[in-house]
Amino acid sequence: MDLSAYPLELPKDDCPMVRFMNVTKSYGALVVLDNLNLDIQRGEMVSVIGPSGSGKTTVLRMLMTLETINGGVIYVDGQPLTHMARNGRLVPADEAHLRRMRASIGMCFQHFNLFPHMTALENCMEGPVQVLGLSKAEARARSEELLAMVGMIEKKDQHPSRLSGGQQQRVAIARALAMRPRIMLFDEVTSALDPEVIGEVTQVIRRLVAEHDLTMLMVTHQMGFARDISDRICFFYRGQIEEQGPPEQFFTNPQRERTKQFLRAVKDAD
Amino acid sequence: MIFDWKWDFVWAILPRLLGATLNTLMAAGIGYAIALVLGLAFALSQRTGWRLVTSMVREMLEFIRSTPLVVQIFFIFYVGPQIGVTLSPWVAGMIAIGLHYSAYLSEVYRAGIEAVPKGQWEACRALNMSTRDTYRRIVLPQALPHAIPGMGNYLVGIFKDTPMLSVIGVTELMQTANAIGSETYRFLEPYTLVGVIFLALSLPTAGLIRLLERQVRRKLGL
Repeated sequence: MDLSAYPLELPKDDCPMVRFMNVTKSYGALVVLDNLNLDIQRGEMVSVIGPSGSGKTTVLRMLMTLETINGGVIYVDGQPLTHMARNGRLVPADEAHLRRMRASIGMCFQHFNLFPHMTALENCMEGPVQVLGLSKAEARARSEELLAMVGMIEKKDQHPSRLSGGQQQRVAIARALAMRPRIMLFDEVTSALDPEVIGEVTQVIRRLVAEHDLTMLMVTHQMGFARDISDRICFFYRGQIEEQGPPEQFFTNPQRERTKQFLRAVKDAD
Repeated sequence: MIFDWKWDFVWAILPRLLGATLNTLMAAGIGYAIALVLGLAFALSQRTGWRLVTSMVREMLEFIRSTPLVVQIFFIFYVGPQIGVTLSPWVAGMIAIGLHYSAYLSEVYRAGIEAVPKGQWEACRALNMSTRDTYRRIVLPQALPHAIPGMGNYLVGIFKDTPMLSVIGVTELMQTANAIGSETYRFLEPYTLVGVIFLALSLPTAGLIRLLERQVRRKLGL
């Protein structure tokens, strides 16, 4: 793979928080992301929508370095994410570089992925203590504050198996925030929830958008929610961005035929 | 054919056999401790992704599992000195039995680790945890309850295999029964007692292991 066309880093003064540059991902013959170019600005909330298999979850997973990348370069805050500069050229990043880059990114998953052998509070304290090296007392204070913010402070000593899906997801959000990321990724965080508890999770995300200047990238099937809180909607189709724009324009006046089809199909399903 | 069972002979040899039982338990315990540690090291080495290490360890484990324990015991004890490694029966026996069972235990650990959902690994990465912390804090504690039944089976297995150490003269239960037999020309009582002692120790173990598994699950809140 020839990386000589890519800059070693982006100019610090006006680079986007995240830049995908010609990013390609494939599994064998199956191309999941095809030459993706996408910028996300600081503090921007971008919702990624699209039919299943369109590559939208892969975008998030690549940013979290859960997937390798087959082509192109991703920049986070101007620095290459899965590459590093050596002798004036980009080479695959080593573990130290990956860990430095991951420090600014947090992620919440469809199936929560809380640690079942730890209480809600211990789940939140794990990263700050083990990774950031905070004292137990500092980590506890930080975690309790976040658990209170997501409305889970009364349940802080419960194990995940004793919590509902909505409660687990709120703990998972607190756990991710406890690492003080600058970018938050939400991967279909309401898709595994019963309808009546979806609101308690979206409420928390609304608060994050309103009160924090996090950069957020969210994959969701909830069009109404995405429309309410996003700065921009990205519609993915077959590994490419088919259409993107501010929510009002995107939902009321979509330009592309596939977008219209998709929005009609989603409306019918509701 | 009449069995000529003599109770007074039983009472006379019982203390000696019970003393030897302690040696048997010690052999099983030490062998098992070696197997637990080595087995984990082998299981983890299979996951490093270093192809040379992985394939070498895999072939070695396959070799150990495919050859009889008693041959391995003989080999380490008798062939060792020819290449300059002279070991006492105890040391040779513990190495042989520990290595043998580590090959089986590494499989138990592997299955336990693979039973931990992929989402747990991904959560660790999203929290930027090191590989070491991921194993130590998240994966191994969750793998343990899955591994306990298999670990228990091999504990009983190693215990029942300790008589093989008698072939190189470790004074465990079987060796002691043999000695009593050749001193007194009575074999019925010593060998029967050996069987009874093994039975009495093996049977409760299975129940205790089930109890332990439940305890560990409760303690981990699973």
